[in-house]
Amino acid sequence: MSLVDSALAARVLERALARGGDFAELYAESRQGFAISLDDGRVERPQAGRERGACVRVVSGESTYYGHVDGVAEPDLLRVAESVAQALRAESREPARLGPATAATVHAVQRRPEEVEAARKADLLRACDERARGMAAEVTQARIGYAESRRQVEVFNSEGRAATDDRTRVRLSAQVVARRDGRVETGTDTRGGHAGWELVESDPELVAKRAARRALTLLDAVDAPTGRLPVVVGNGFGGVLLHEAVGHGLEADAVQKRASVYAGRLGERLAEPFVTAYDDGRRPNDWGSDGIDDEGTPTRPTTVIEEGRLVSYLYDVVCARKDGVDSTGNGRRESFRHVPVPRMTNTFFAPGDATPEGLIGGVERGLYAVSFGGGQVEPATGDFVFGVSEGYLIEGGEVTAPVRGATLVGNGVEALRAIDGIAADLEIASGYCGKGGQSVPAGVGQPHVRIRELTVGGTAS
Amino acid sequence: MTLEDTATRAVEYAVDAGASDAEAWTEEATSRRVRVYDGEVESLSDAGGRGVGVRAFLDGRSGYAYGTDLSEPGLEEIARTARDAAEAADPDEYAGLPDDFGATPVEGLAAPGLREWSTERKVELALAVERAARERPGVTQVENAVYSDADGRVALANSRGFSAGYEATQAWAYASAFAGEGADLMTGLGVDLGRDPGELDPEAIGGEAADRALALVGARQPESRRCPVVLDAFVAASFVGFIGSMLSADAVQRGRSLFADREGDEVAASVLALADDATDPAGPSSAPFDGEGSPTRRTGLIEGGRLLTFLFDTRTARRAGRRSTANASRGSYRAPPSVGTSNLIVEPGRGDLAALLREAGEGLLVTDVAGLHSGVNPVSGTFSVGASGRLIEGGEPGTPVRELTIASDLLSMLKAVRGVGAEGRWVPFGGSVKAPPVLIGEMAVSGS
Repeated sequence: MSLVDSALAARVLERALARGGDFAELYAESRQGFAISLDDGRVERPQAGRERGACVRVVSGESTYYGHVDGVAEPDLLRVAESVAQALRAESREPARLGPATAATVHAVQRRPEEVEAARKADLLRACDERARGMAAEVTQARIGYAESRRQVEVFNSEGRAATDDRTRVRLSAQVVARRDGRVETGTDTRGGHAGWELVESDPELVAKRAARRALTLLDAVDAPTGRLPVVVGNGFGGVLLHEAVGHGLEADAVQKRASVYAGRLGERLAEPFVTAYDDGRRPNDWGSDGIDDEGTPTRPTTVIEEGRLVSYLYDVVCARKDGVDSTGNGRRESFRHVPVPRMTNTFFAPGDATPEGLIGGVERGLYAVSFGGGQVEPATGDFVFGVSEGYLIEGGEVTAPVRGATLVGNGVEALRAIDGIAADLEIASGYCGKGGQSVPAGVGQPHVRIRELTVGGTAS
Repeated sequence: MTLEDTATRAVEYAVDAGASDAEAWTEEATSRRVRVYDGEVESLSDAGGRGVGVRAFLDGRSGYAYGTDLSEPGLEEIARTARDAAEAADPDEYAGLPDDFGATPVEGLAAPGLREWSTERKVELALAVERAARERPGVTQVENAVYSDADGRVALANSRGFSAGYEATQAWAYASAFAGEGADLMTGLGVDLGRDPGELDPEAIGGEAADRALALVGARQPESRRCPVVLDAFVAASFVGFIGSMLSADAVQRGRSLFADREGDEVAASVLALADDATDPAGPSSAPFDGEGSPTRRTGLIEGGRLLTFLFDTRTARRAGRRSTANASRGSYRAPPSVGTSNLIVEPGRGDLAALLREAGEGLLVTDVAGLHSGVNPVSGTFSVGASGRLIEGGEPGTPVRELTIASDLLSMLKAVRGVGAEGRWVPFGGSVKAPPVLIGEMAVSGS
């Protein structure tokens, strides 16, 4: 497949720089997707889509000019390039020569999902539904979703970059409702990866089972405690805390605008020496992985916190130019309808040497937060809030009653400093991250982590 | 080909491919976006797009396909894909096209003025927003000031002979300002929207961003308490948007709404009235017909505290033995229609924000909530969300506070509403909502 050949890309870049600019880029993309869901016991909403489009971007000084178009026909691309160039007023620049595009695809796909019949996908949903409902009579509702996508991406820029990537993702999700007497609770779980059909071939029902177990557990939940308490955060999706409370503040656009509490703090000790954290878009087949980012930079592991010290921000090309460093391969965009901004890929704490039992055993009275319903952070201050979707009381070093309605409120810098233990059981979960109106797949993860003290807002008085 | 013709062609191809019924939605839009920072253009975009989405029915099964290739072979392939996708679905006796379709005239959806604005004037407007925020003493930075607009046309056609289209324009601007420094940095958002840029007041938008940030400078964590809580219009709109999503008949029929089985009941204090209205000329989500061709209307949802009805599309209405309220909503051509709110409007009550604060006496004024959608259990309605704002001291805004949560459950909160302000404003987050500030008699506030 080739959407745009190098010769056409060169003409587009030349046109884009006709009235000046420091940097020009053509991003072309073909997107295909299929999704189907099961809800209320019925397979429904099968939907398939196919889109092609391109985005042309010119950077001049501190300003970015861009335009996008549906379709990749030569006249459309040249027209967008011309329209973008209209905003500039300088002498034309000559883009670097483009060679043939190199393919960067590094994440193996064993079985192309689009080659699997839709009927099999429907059967997969039915099997999940059956498993969820079989867990207990109290399970009253299940919604199972399957989605696959393929993005074929081509990036050319005025510095001579010509790269392609072929990305396949598959994701299975379950939301289960359980009801007892007047009480209704919801549990969710997902499995997603930069991978093919093989991802959901083995024991897909586990996703439904885990969601059902969460909903059922919550039926017995007591009101959440309030006050300042030690908190043990679960592995896998518990990493949302790191993603939201720290990761967003390390994205270079926020840092450069001084809109991050981490600005100007490189080299500073922010956590205990046993705390190390990475962003790694190259981890094989993980949900947030790609071969290249959406500016054509190869993905790579970036250490952001090394033995407690802040050592790197996350860069796209534009922010890297400003700081005189190389892009870390974090220039990501939702689609050809967007410009790239620095975004996390898979962000996680490195494994430590504690055990989850050891971390919990050291807590007299606290909260065990296994999973979050979501969260929000103000990067400028680091203030965050998270809803705990699965949580338990810790009493006398033991996990006891499940709690509902717990919220963690705090500050990223303070929470980092308060980490007093990390286990070895690293796990990466699949989520979607929103920023500036763009949603991209992001892997969040960590081993079990203990925070000495956090504000828990609950419903109990 | 016009958008209507394209939609009609796609429907013909779907029927030719064997669909028993079909519907096609086409869109074409251009948009501009200007982001300024520190007195300079940070980014400027010019975008155009068009696409089609086809829903094909196959004896009670339905499938959907969409794409950007609007050539004849492109339409044919999309239509056939939709028909083939339908085979994977289970039959649904309630699925199908509406029995009645048509268009309700709504004036003023498209402002011709938008096209007369040059890019330079739009850049000026964004710069004026930023300036207005930066000029307030105490503002340390304006993180961004954005102007954005869209001029879109849509058309819908189906195999029962319906074919119609309309054009709508939208312009909006917002800014976020910082006040204070270091760990005490506080942010504030200012926003306004209209049909064309001439309706936007850059001074007011920038000033609001500055004022909201300045009001929080020095905020600290308050002590836990139970007290009256005033939600400002932004925060009230966020809650109302969430409540609106719970009034979808789809959520109700699938057992996912706390309002299930409560139709006709008193679910709120009598001062509260809420409607969904896609015919309000000022409403950002107004339109002559919904996502499947039902003519739009105003639907009273809560009046005198009583829950009057849920929101229906054709499918949920058939299942409940009711009529569609024209709430088949489409985010874009990339997804099939589903039940959703259009414009949610809280009917105005009495008094301004100051009057509500006086009535509260001592309590909390909430000017921002975080994590509402993750913090609320949609089925039980219990919630605990992060918030910031001011304590209400002696009937006036006092000590700024942050790092606190407010907790209750939605039904208790609705019943505890003691006052609704007179001045509603359109707020573009959590859907399209027009809400005034609201006084809640008592809520649990937890801090230190």
